[in-house]
Amino acid sequence: MNICFGIWSTRGASGLSNASILSIKELAYSFNDGKPIFEYMSLNVNKGEFVSIIGASGSGKSTLFKLVTGLLEPGQGEILMNGQSQPKRLGTVGYMPQKDLLLPWRTVIDNVLLPVELTKQNKPKKRTEAQEWLTRFGLAEYEQAFPHELSGGMRQRVAFLRTLMMGKDLLLLDEPFGALDSLTKRNMHGWLLGLWGELAKTVLFITHDLEEAILLSDRIYLLKGKKGIQEVKINLPRPRNSELIYQPEFMSMRKELEWLIHHEN
Amino acid sequence: MKTRLNKWTGEYGLFLIVVILLVSLWEWVVRQGFIPAFILPAPSAIWRSLVENRQLLLEEHLPATLKEVLIGFVISVMAGLLIGIGMHFSRPLEKVLYPFLVISQTIPLIAISPIFIMWFGYSIWSKIAVTFLTAFFPIVVSTYDGLMSGGNEYRELLQTMGANRWAIFKTVQVPLALPSILSGLKMSVVYCVVGATIGEWLGASVGLGYFSRRMSGNLQADAVFAAIFLLSLLGIVLFLLISLVEKKLLKHRFRI
Repeated sequence: MNICFGIWSTRGASGLSNASILSIKELAYSFNDGKPIFEYMSLNVNKGEFVSIIGASGSGKSTLFKLVTGLLEPGQGEILMNGQSQPKRLGTVGYMPQKDLLLPWRTVIDNVLLPVELTKQNKPKKRTEAQEWLTRFGLAEYEQAFPHELSGGMRQRVAFLRTLMMGKDLLLLDEPFGALDSLTKRNMHGWLLGLWGELAKTVLFITHDLEEAILLSDRIYLLKGKKGIQEVKINLPRPRNSELIYQPEFMSMRKELEWLIHHEN
Repeated sequence: MKTRLNKWTGEYGLFLIVVILLVSLWEWVVRQGFIPAFILPAPSAIWRSLVENRQLLLEEHLPATLKEVLIGFVISVMAGLLIGIGMHFSRPLEKVLYPFLVISQTIPLIAISPIFIMWFGYSIWSKIAVTFLTAFFPIVVSTYDGLMSGGNEYRELLQTMGANRWAIFKTVQVPLALPSILSGLKMSVVYCVVGATIGEWLGASVGLGYFSRRMSGNLQADAVFAAIFLLSLLGIVLFLLISLVEKKLLKHRFRI
């Protein structure tokens, strides 16, 4: 189901390579009680893309992430990473869960360096790298602070940096801004868009927020439970900024997307 | 400094006032002769007995009891942690051990003590055995429950970072279990004092429990109360020491 609308046309000269970093084919998964959550779902993410997944609660978004990270194994179908099937996926993608899950007894820098510590990488070198990122994230003075001393937005940035420090190309972000108030959320959007150019990562992003999805994404997948999955391309030029949401073009996209969600066929 | 004093009085002031009132009432009731002194000695008499026997109590009996408590506590902590962690890692071990642990707590100590005396004689080990039996259980339970409690989300996150089971245990589960384990330790150390005293009552030649038993045989209620006072003080001090460690270790835990 590939739908392209006039104003959204197919991807033009956006400078993205077409090498697939994640490809899911005919995926099926059922919970222990036998209730299927996906039936033969396929999707593809190319290197350098920002792809959002939208779906109602219970449509299996978080389950999809657990399957990709390797926390769960699919009942049927394949999950290909860089074109190859990867039986041992744990530790191959950067996963940022809904809650920040910062360890309250560790300082900001020690939380950020957690993945480095776990994979026994060169810590002093990575520490310098982490400190540089903290400065760029506006958190330099909080390096030795504890999570309970930070605001919600700061904690989310720290959690994001921790995900980055895993050093993986593909990042799975599960509603990272879902718990933030709308003002902070707006700030985080501006922050992420500003960062996107130099980040050189691929992102798969779960959200409930249509505006957020359009603003940030190159493509959006609508998860519709048993009705399958629908792809929507967003052809807004990059670099983008958070002011974009006030443009009439943006508003009409949002409207159409909403229509798509409510009218399933 | 002044605010600290204020905080302290705010925290404990009411308790102290009630204690002073109760002790005064107690003193008054005994002095008026409502209760005979050999049944309930006056606080002042207990204090006098404490001062009179101070050399015997503080240099002979208190150190003996303290030694039993400390050795018993160390063994309880080591065994308790080991069993708790073992049960956490191995389901079969948990299935086998848990019933035994519960049974061990339902055995009446008084009934089993002759066996301990048979095994260990009147040496310190018969008291340590009783101490261990009363004090290791809270540590096992608090360790086991602490390691089981929550942490699923953290576990999954660390798994996606490529962490193995041991790394997850070390970096997340132990710190998460720490508050529960420390509660267990606080309970256990108080039980240690109780256990050591019971052990001494059942057969000993030295210690505060032994002393109070001998004195009750002589109908010297004031000396019995003096020993009880010291035992309770010992329990409080040990409890406070562990609370201090707890405060240090959990300094950054509070979330508002």
